[in-house]
Amino acid sequence: MPPQLKRLIPIFIVFIGIFLVIRYFLVPDTFGQYGHYRGKTLDDVSSQEQVHSDKETCILCHDDVQLIIENDAHATLSCLICHGPGLEHTEDPTTENILKESSREFCGKCHNVNAARPLEVVTQVDISEHNTELNCTDCHNPHQVWEGIE
Amino acid sequence: MEQHYQHLYEMLSKVDGYIYPNELELQWGVLVVLYPYLTGLVAGAFILASLERVFKVKVLGPTYQLALITALAFLICAPLPLITHLGKPGRFYEILITPNSASAMAIFGFVYLWYLTVVLLLEIWFDYRRDFVIWSREKTGFMRRVYKVLTLGVTDISPKALKWDDRIGYIITIIGIPSAFLLHGYVGFIFGSIKANPWWSTVIMPVIFLFSAMVSGIALVMVIYMGVSYIRKVKIDMAALDMIGKYLFYMLILDFAMESLDQVHRIYEAEESFDILNILVNGKLIYTMFAFQITLGMVIPMVGLGIVQLVKVKEQIRKIIYVSSGVLVLVGIFFMRWNVVIGGQLFSKSFYGFTNFKLGLVGTEGLFSAIMWMLLPFALLAVLLWLMPPWKKQEAI
Amino acid sequence: MGGNRIKSSRRNFIKKTVAAAGTIAVSSLLDPINVLVFATDPPEEGPWWGVGIDISQCIGCGMCAKACKMENKVPEEPFYFRTWVEQYTVLNDETVRVESPNGGIDGFEQSVEDEDIFKTFFVPKMCNHCSKSPCTQVCPVGATFESPDGVALVDESYCIGCSYCVQACPYGCRYLHPEKKVADKCTLCYHRIKIGLSPACMEICPTQARIYGDLNDKESELVQFLKDKNWQILKPHMNTGSKLFYNALRAEVR
Repeated sequence: MPPQLKRLIPIFIVFIGIFLVIRYFLVPDTFGQYGHYRGKTLDDVSSQEQVHSDKETCILCHDDVQLIIENDAHATLSCLICHGPGLEHTEDPTTENILKESSREFCGKCHNVNAARPLEVVTQVDISEHNTELNCTDCHNPHQVWEGIE
Repeated sequence: MEQHYQHLYEMLSKVDGYIYPNELELQWGVLVVLYPYLTGLVAGAFILASLERVFKVKVLGPTYQLALITALAFLICAPLPLITHLGKPGRFYEILITPNSASAMAIFGFVYLWYLTVVLLLEIWFDYRRDFVIWSREKTGFMRRVYKVLTLGVTDISPKALKWDDRIGYIITIIGIPSAFLLHGYVGFIFGSIKANPWWSTVIMPVIFLFSAMVSGIALVMVIYMGVSYIRKVKIDMAALDMIGKYLFYMLILDFAMESLDQVHRIYEAEESFDILNILVNGKLIYTMFAFQITLGMVIPMVGLGIVQLVKVKEQIRKIIYVSSGVLVLVGIFFMRWNVVIGGQLFSKSFYGFTNFKLGLVGTEGLFSAIMWMLLPFALLAVLLWLMPPWKKQEAI
Repeated sequence: MGGNRIKSSRRNFIKKTVAAAGTIAVSSLLDPINVLVFATDPPEEGPWWGVGIDISQCIGCGMCAKACKMENKVPEEPFYFRTWVEQYTVLNDETVRVESPNGGIDGFEQSVEDEDIFKTFFVPKMCNHCSKSPCTQVCPVGATFESPDGVALVDESYCIGCSYCVQACPYGCRYLHPEKKVADKCTLCYHRIKIGLSPACMEICPTQARIYGDLNDKESELVQFLKDKNWQILKPHMNTGSKLFYNALRAEVR
């Protein structure tokens, strides 16, 4: 074997060896567990902090509201739409840490007239014209929207 | 961050038609344009060198080492803009330890290392080993030690050992040719395999990248050879230069043919993406494509070099044609990469509109940064030529 | 006899080439080509998550996009969306106009007069959680993947921020997080579905236009959706194995 190869081959083997050793320490432990990714990621993603509560949790305490609303036009709505994410409130219920959206603008988010909104899915009004001196909730109870309306 | 958002709000106001909300900001900027450009120069310069060694085009002899050392200088600098553009540059090593075999980009780590060590470094070492040994004996002080290290302790320069140098170097050059194709071809495949982007997704993309790489590499060696000879105030070997010019001409024709084929096919089939791409090419890319890439970068050099092939031209005029063609080609191929990378991100994947892009001046993705990455290989080349001057090589036995 | 011998250097070359070619041939047999076809199969046990969106029920209120940003702490600027709502307006002159101002979070204003409108509707968009996802195929380091239960996720601590996945998604669902500098996308609120809660966008939707479900569960609402509705996926020609099924998807939608 020529002297060049006698020198080069060991050098390459040493470098490849060093690379393999470093690699052993650098590759994360759970890598390859389920596929070509770090297995522990699934736990990391699952433990992301929750921000929104959910309707079922609201009903645990507010079953009286549920009884009213389940026969209403707003039955399919989640409480969180108007009352916000509410997680803090579920952990420590006070009147301070829960929202109560009721502005014309907010109701208009769903109910303002727009040609792309199917009329059979949502009742619509032109909020720039419909009873502009009043607030929506002056006439419409959000949990019983048609109560007292002709 | 505020300034960044300010810039994005401005871009948002200039959106034409509809784009998916996440498509406003281009993900890949001038740094990602530079990487294929630089590796293309490496592949092209290497192929030129291998023309002499493997295909026995002896007349290219004076440019052999220059081409190899140019390839090395550009190869060492090529990954730097790439690593800089990453969101998390500190994690770049992950490509080496857990490459995803399904991803074209993962090839980067190993093909790069393979090409750098087994092909380029070794080929240069085998070619210069005898000189390293002799220089380590002639020089004194610090340089003496530098050359001694470079010999890797193999100091036998008997005719038998030198024959081995030649033989192994030859084999490495042969292995180097497909390696050079892989080094740059995979970059073309990175774009060509993205079915989501119809500007990129074409079978011929790796081929186009390779041919334009060879064109740019040959042009680079030609310009550098002329530049270095001018700086050293030595006479240019016109036979070598004429041969390089000839190869550049034929390579340009091939490259032009391939790229034209891609566009003709696209225009003829006119499938779903054609309408938006048509607007793209004739709108946002009109100058970079028709003026810089095609006219300046391909047609004018082809005409100039073609004249030299057909008609007897005085040496002085030939030199002017060569240097200007070389520079024009280098500029044109840069814009070819620009049109692919930037162009592919300007239109929405919804085919309903365009975003916009302006190259800033400062910052990691700015013009000044790009110029720095372009100049760095030349600085490194100067250092390498001082360390391993091809013209001070000992006469072959 | 001596004159017919192949030169030793050429013999060496031939030997080495044959050795290299042989190695490549053998190793290609051991590692078949289909490793390049990146697909995840539904698990034999456990959920295989999918999404159903009923375009005929979407009223374009934008609550979904807003809730998503809140739940997942997505930057509020209008350049980063895990989900968004588009409004399509097909005019009488057959031109199509598409809008998504701030992803639909602030609602939509009708930009075309009633009399010029041929057809107009809202289309919510989100990650399709493809089973043959082109975005996870291209990740060079294995930082994004399809989970065993069918959700395309990103490993924030491993992503190098190369944005290749952002380029590869045909639906425009991904973005590079401006502060974390890694890829980000809809996770189907993995942290919520793991504990039996719906993703934030689906919890908040007032018309239940967006549902999610287990495709392995033949009794699930989603599988019923697949049976009852005329569903389509976006860009079927790309063979992404998209698990986002739309009802009432019109041809103008991209």
